[in-house]
Amino acid sequence: MLSIRNLHAEVEGKKILKGINLEVKAGEVHAIMGPNGSGKSSLSSVLAGRESYDVTEGEVLFDGKDLLDMAPEVRAREGLFLAFQYPVEIPGVSNINFLRTALNEIREYRGMPQMEAKEFLKLTKEKQKLVEFEAKLVNRSLNEGFSGGEKKRNEILQLAMLEPKLSILDETDSGLDIDALRIVSNGVNELRNANNAFVLITHYQRLLEYIVPDFVHVLYDGRIVKSGTKELALELEERGYDWIKEEFKTEETAG
Amino acid sequence: MANQVSVPLYLDLLNGFEGWLAMEGSEENESVLQLRQKAFEQFKQLGFPSRKVEDWKYTPVQPFLQEPFEFSPVAVQNAAHAAINLEKAYIDGLEAYKIVLVNGKFQSALSDNNLPAGVTIKPILEAQEEPAFAQYFGKVVNTSKYHFPALNTAFFSDGLFIEVAANTVVDKPFYLVQIYTGNKNLFVQPRNLVVANRSAGITIIESIVSENPESNLFVNTLTEVVVKENAQVNHYLLQTAGKGFRQVNHTEVSQKRDSVYSNYTFSLPGADLLRNNLHVNLDDEHTESHLYGLYLVADRQLTDNHSFVSHLHPNCQSNEVYKGVLLDKGTGVFNGKIFVERDAQKTNAFQQNNNLLLSNTATINSKPQLEIYADDVKCSHGSTVGQLSQEAMFYLKSRGIAEQTARRLLVSAFAFDVTQNIQIPALEEHINNLIIQHIPAEQELVKA
Repeated sequence: MLSIRNLHAEVEGKKILKGINLEVKAGEVHAIMGPNGSGKSSLSSVLAGRESYDVTEGEVLFDGKDLLDMAPEVRAREGLFLAFQYPVEIPGVSNINFLRTALNEIREYRGMPQMEAKEFLKLTKEKQKLVEFEAKLVNRSLNEGFSGGEKKRNEILQLAMLEPKLSILDETDSGLDIDALRIVSNGVNELRNANNAFVLITHYQRLLEYIVPDFVHVLYDGRIVKSGTKELALELEERGYDWIKEEFKTEETAG
Repeated sequence: MANQVSVPLYLDLLNGFEGWLAMEGSEENESVLQLRQKAFEQFKQLGFPSRKVEDWKYTPVQPFLQEPFEFSPVAVQNAAHAAINLEKAYIDGLEAYKIVLVNGKFQSALSDNNLPAGVTIKPILEAQEEPAFAQYFGKVVNTSKYHFPALNTAFFSDGLFIEVAANTVVDKPFYLVQIYTGNKNLFVQPRNLVVANRSAGITIIESIVSENPESNLFVNTLTEVVVKENAQVNHYLLQTAGKGFRQVNHTEVSQKRDSVYSNYTFSLPGADLLRNNLHVNLDDEHTESHLYGLYLVADRQLTDNHSFVSHLHPNCQSNEVYKGVLLDKGTGVFNGKIFVERDAQKTNAFQQNNNLLLSNTATINSKPQLEIYADDVKCSHGSTVGQLSQEAMFYLKSRGIAEQTARRLLVSAFAFDVTQNIQIPALEEHINNLIIQHIPAEQELVKA
């Protein structure tokens, strides 16, 4: 589904990603872990198409199509979804109107008719339940005055509504209390199926107790330096990131 | 006499006044004629404002007065036989009493005739015998200080007199469609007087449209509004006139005790020049005033909103929110002054002006002013200029929303602080649609 090959990117001339390789297949859940500043969030930004990043080398194929050639909105319509680490507050744009606009633009791109008002409301209600999202929040301005947990649940609500093929969750667990983490994780687990895939970007192993990944990758200094299964996450939790830094430094010096 | 070498029209007006009065004023009562004479002398002193006049510093009006204009009512009325297109002022779903004026002149054939009891509406020139006319006409506005109101008072022709009887609350809004049209350059000066008597309630929606394919229209409007004890007036102004149209629109309001006056001014792109003066005089205690404004300025247009809220007595509240969206090479001016007299204790006055620049070549001049002589008041003002948030744009696009749709959503959201206060759903929807229409598909956004 997603093939990242030798991806290099920089922001304001500073090299951030230095040759990322990653294959994600349908039905899989990948976790990308790493210390702060290793490039985790930059990877999600580059994949979603944030303008401030320049890709200098490499390619990304999404279902065989050149992802980097697409505008951010086209990537979304093709089925890529980024759950933001810090969702933006937009006063004056109602959550429900935003959801309807997004859903219908995606449907139009896929040659589907606009969703009837009744059907849309039914779908919204159903998905709200999934993330235990209070009905009154749906009619409020987008993320305005939401708590951290409400914002993250709103991201998963959008994910549930838009039914992407590939979802990237950028530190969705950071700052969440245990209840919110459980709700968000349940939502994701409900949405997992054989046809979609998830990339979980996280700093903490705790999330992976709730959403069990098929693969765990460690990102350090703009490169994936280690890959494994969920046991790798446990090891990271136990030993921290310092040994990765040490090991990687050693290799660099030796090489 | 003012020094007006640069405006030939000034001399034409000076030389033409006596003849004009002999022809047009023959039927008028003595007090109106005296008012005209006095205002004429004042205009003679004032002339047209130059940029040296502080209130006109950012709005050079003289370049808009250079063409030879016809200003006799006969010429103006003859010109009005050109196309009359009501479609431009159509608002889907609006239930209202429709009153149509062409070049300021009331058109009974185009207007609704089933007017509600308790409301008097007639052409201003036929209202001179009304007691409310005698009491208030020319007395709300002070023409000695203001160039265009002085000129209007000397030369006005046509316009409306509207009076609502005490305790009459009108069930539907009055929709005043004002069409300006002509096959030559015209200078039109309509004059209105609105009186809401004790405990009366009325909503007026003024819609200003133009139909002038090849000529220029200069409209100098003066409206006096009297909101008496415990009365409520909702006053909407919707300016959607097109190229060649220039307007100075002066509204002078007097509020009595316990009254509420709400003004909503929406200036959409199209006209060459729009200058709105909105003066609200709080002439007794316990009044409440709301001033909401939204201006979109595109092309090379100039839209200027000058407001003045005068707190003269204790315990009054005023609230003002004006928002501007500047496109292309458009220029916006906002000048909001709040004046609080020494006796006006317990005043609550709030003012806010926010501007959104959507182009690198647009300009905004924003000047909030507080002048406070009382010591026990709550007053605040603020002015901002910004661009669309790139972060918000990216967030919307990352959900599949197209660039233009995202921009429209954000501009509508920016306008929301103003549009959410519109009390008439059909009008709110209409204005939201107008805003969206004017957000271009492709435009280079200002880089942060």
